[in-house]
Parts: sequence; structure tokens; C-alpha cells
Amino acid sequence: MEILIYGTINSVALALYALGFALVYGISRLPNFAHGALYVLSGFIAWSAINTLGLNYPLSILLTMVVMAVIGALIYYLFLIRVRGMEISEIIASYAIALAILEGLRWGGFRGMTYTLPAFIEGSTAIAGISVDYQRLLVVGFGAVLVIFLWLFTHYTRIGLALRGMAQDERAALMLGIDSDIMAVVAMGLGSMLAAFAAILLLPLGNIVVESGYNVLILAIAVCIVGGIGSWIGAVLAAFLIGFAQILTVVYLGSHYQMMVALLAIILTLIIKPSGLFGQQKELEERV
Amino acid sequence: MNTAAQQRRKERIDRGIKVRTDGLYALMSWRELAYLIAPRSILIVGLLILPLVMPGRYWPRVISIACIYALVAMSFDFLAHYVGLVSLGGAFFVGIGSYLSAILNTSLGLPPLIAVPVATLAGGAFCTLVLLPCLPLRGVYFAIVTLMYPLFMARLIEALDIVGGTDGIMGIDSFPSAWIEQYGVIVMVLIFLFGLRRLVNTDFGLVLRAVKDNDQAVKASGMNITRYKALAVFIASATGCLAGACLAHIYMWTGISTFALDFSILPIAATVIGGSGTLVGPVLGCLILVPVSELLRDFGTLRIVFYSLILLAFVVFRSDGLMAYGQRKYDQFERWTKI
Repeated sequence: MEILIYGTINSVALALYALGFALVYGISRLPNFAHGALYVLSGFIAWSAINTLGLNYPLSILLTMVVMAVIGALIYYLFLIRVRGMEISEIIASYAIALAILEGLRWGGFRGMTYTLPAFIEGSTAIAGISVDYQRLLVVGFGAVLVIFLWLFTHYTRIGLALRGMAQDERAALMLGIDSDIMAVVAMGLGSMLAAFAAILLLPLGNIVVESGYNVLILAIAVCIVGGIGSWIGAVLAAFLIGFAQILTVVYLGSHYQMMVALLAIILTLIIKPSGLFGQQKELEERV
Repeated sequence: MNTAAQQRRKERIDRGIKVRTDGLYALMSWRELAYLIAPRSILIVGLLILPLVMPGRYWPRVISIACIYALVAMSFDFLAHYVGLVSLGGAFFVGIGSYLSAILNTSLGLPPLIAVPVATLAGGAFCTLVLLPCLPLRGVYFAIVTLMYPLFMARLIEALDIVGGTDGIMGIDSFPSAWIEQYGVIVMVLIFLFGLRRLVNTDFGLVLRAVKDNDQAVKASGMNITRYKALAVFIASATGCLAGACLAHIYMWTGISTFALDFSILPIAATVIGGSGTLVGPVLGCLILVPVSELLRDFGTLRIVFYSLILLAFVVFRSDGLMAYGQRKYDQFERWTKI
């Protein structure tokens, strides 16, 4: 029972990490290696909004998400758009951005255990005899809401449909008057907003540490690779697969092995079934 | 758009001497020979006298480390631009090489001069075997999977607490003399540099480049691309393992930090800055980047910010690198022409 509850929470957390990465990759084919850095950065922005600017909590959440969306869009518009389509340059450039952000934060003095975000609701409750704090329950709730919201957004709004059109066939989308450059900028802004959302939900569970930027990136990549790019269902299911696998290894083998599950999942998936478990968009041609 | 700019454009034409030295006619006169030999001899002589002119004991050590990075960077450049396999896992090769050499030295008691070559070959074979299943992957996916290998190895060693665990392996013998330590690495860089440059111009190199450009066509010509890719990976990983093995004996210590991202990222940065696809570029890039990052050591992690920003600028705005720029200036002249 404990495994079930904490496995679910862990899985939803993984899905939250991965959604932004999956969105950006799915739409503009940009392997955004700065995703983890954006996640940590939004934690620090939220922290400084509360503690330095002295704003109240809901307002600073809103501010963080808006600021992150602008930062993401700017990063894409200023740098990444110039290497668009050259995948290796994209990886190197976005990774350089990630390093600059993370090590810059480390240099700026953000390290150690002193930086935490407040939880939405303090306290905990008991489900079937196991105590779970409210924040973790909120993570699951908001995660589910976010997935539904994204589904509605990409199926029923103009921008969402344009984004999906670009993901499916960029040339056809161009012919229908969708500006693919603008859409890619929008996608990157949206992706970093999702990273901010994940950070605000998940960071109250622990401390804000720079190192988690690298781990978040690995976990996001793991979920996307295992799930298969271009498949939302796949990403969510893969999050559950890896999430439960992680909790099981922590329970039965020890916490040292937790990250190894994700790394092993990436390596094995790419070796055995490169298109991922639920890949749809002619992946095999591209990957192999 | 102002009209003056529209009327003129810059045109680049090969210098006469460059054209004359292309073929056998290079032997025509001393001037042509000197034109060909000058850049190469500047590199060779420069590398050889660099440790002598550097003051103290500290800076020659920095040169050794720069050469080690240069080996890794060359292996990255070779794989990425001549075979089309972009490996972000230089640290994997370095780590495997240094651990193997360390184990050979401490457990079997082999002297460094035997342990290093054995670790190079065995490490190359091991890396090739481990990477063999990933060889069909292309582009980003190969990059991601190779990025994960060193991270995975580091966690594996940490979790299983094998080969020294988090403490690493201590008490490794150093090279017999300071001269061998200093010049061994430099000579290795030169041998691998000119060796790889030869290799990519042989028939074998031609097939490798064909694999990069159009692997289906190579397949259709009845060649086994996996075999060629595996051979290329063996060469590249052996180069990386050699770097790692030398590193273990220079520091007299090895640990999981040899699997750290430093060894994956700095060589790539050096390659991009020096000029990708030239093989000399990475060496040049390392000789610039490593000393600069030593100079900036006082700034702590700010130096990583600094060189990642340089890397970003080069990738985005100047993707051909310093070497290509230098080559252009050396081989061609520019002039404005009317349109």
C-alpha cells in the first residue's frame, strides 16, 4: 500500500518533470537540455519573489510562471532559433545554457540546505494508515488537472491546434499560414512555464538545490525516451512505469539505485526498442 | 539595406601558392615546400617546446592536462565529423581507461609504461563492446545514450562500492620520470593527430565519411556499416582510454570524478571553438581553453559559466571555429568585387 501511494506520487512528479521537455521536443524538435536548469531557476525566482520582493505566495507563483515563460521564449528567440534543425548544435547550445544557469546560480551563492519554498497547505493526512502530507496529494491532483488542461489546450484552442499541426507536419502547417518560428518560440515559452509549474509544485517537498537540475533533466529524458516522442499517453504511462520501478528499487535495493533505474531505462529502451513504448510518428526511420 | 553594400561583395580566391602546392608540384621549390610545412612544424615544434618555456612545476602540468583533454577532443571530433556518431560521453572513455590502468597497476603490479597501452587497447575493446548495441542509433539518440553511459557507470561504482567506491583508487605509480610524463602525452597527441588525419584520407576513412553522409547508400554497396562504425568507435574510444590511463598515472589517483561531465563537455567546447571537423582544431581549442580555465580558477564555478557562454556564442554565431578561420586566411585572399 505504501508502495502504491508513494509510487503514484513519484510517478506524477516524473510526469510533471517530463511534460515540458516532451512538449518542446514534440513541437519544435528541440532536445531542450536546459529543461532541468529552467526548473531550478524557477525555484529560485519564486524564492526571491517571496523572500526578497516580499510578495505573497499566490502572486509570486503567478509572477514566476510569467517570468519563466518570457525567459524561455527569449532563450529560444535569441539563441536557439539560429541553430534550428541542427540537432547536435541544439543539444550543445542548450546544454551550454543549462550549465551557465546552474553554475551561475551556484556561484551566486544559492547552495546548501537553506532555500525552501513553502507548501500550499501544511500538515498531513492518513490514507489507509499511511501518512501523506497534503502537498504530495496536491501534486497528484494538480498533475492530473495539468494533463487534462494540456489535452484540452492542444485540441480546442487555436494556438494549441497550430502547435499540434506543426508537430505533425511542419511544411503543411507552413502552407496553412502557421508561422513555425513563432510557434517554436511559443512552444519553448510554454515548456519553460511547465518547468516552473513543476518546480513550484514539487520544490516544497525538499530543498532547492542546484544539483537537482541535472537529475530533473535525466528523469525528463528518461520518461520521454521510454514513452516515445509524440505520444502524450506514452509519456504519462512511462512516468508511471519508471516511477514505480524507482520506488520498488528504493524499497528493495536501497536509495543508491534510484537514479540508475532512469539511466538504465534510457539505455535499454534505446537499444531494444528505439521508438519507445508508444512512439507514433515514424520514429524508427529517424532514430535507427 | 544601403545601396553601397548591395553593389559590392567580398570574394574569396585561393592563393596561387595554395593551388600550386595541391599536387606533386609542391616539390617544385623550397618556397612551396615551406608553405606546406610551416603550419605543421609550428604546431609540432610549438607543442614540443611548450613545457620548456613554461615556468615552474605547475604550468607544465597544465600543459599535460590540456594534452589529455586534446586526446578526448580529437576522439569526439573524429567520431562526430567523420563517422557521424556524436558521442557526448567522452567521460566514459576517460573513466574506463583510467580505472583499467589503475587496476592493472595496483592489483597486477604492471609498471605504468605497460599498463597504459594495455588499458588503451582493452578499454577500447570494452567501450566498443558496450556501445555495440547503440550503433544503429542516429543523431540525438546516440548522443543521449552516450551521455548516459558515464553517469550510469559513476552511479554503479558508487552503489555497488566496487573498485574503491567513492574514494577511488589510490597509490597508483607515476611514470618513471618527469620527462616521460611530460613528453609521453605530447608525443601521443601528435601521433594520434597525424595518424587520424592520415586515416580519414584513406579508403577506410572514405567509407566512414560515406557512412556519415548516407548510410543507406553504403549498405546498398554491400558493406557492413555496423562493422565500420564499430571499428571507428574502437579507434575513438581507444584514444579516449589512452587519455584516461595517462591521467590516472599523472594524478596517481583515479575516482568517479573521471566519469564526471567535465570530460564530456570541455572537449566538445574545445572542438567547437577550435574548429570542428579539422582534427587540429580540437587540439588548439584545448590548448586555449584549459589554461584559460586554470587562470580563472579563482572565480570558482563562474569559470564554468564563462566557458559555457563562450561555447554558446561559438555554436550559435561562429560555428566553423578558429581553425577554419585561420585556414581561410592562410589559403585564400579576399577582395571586394562589383556585382
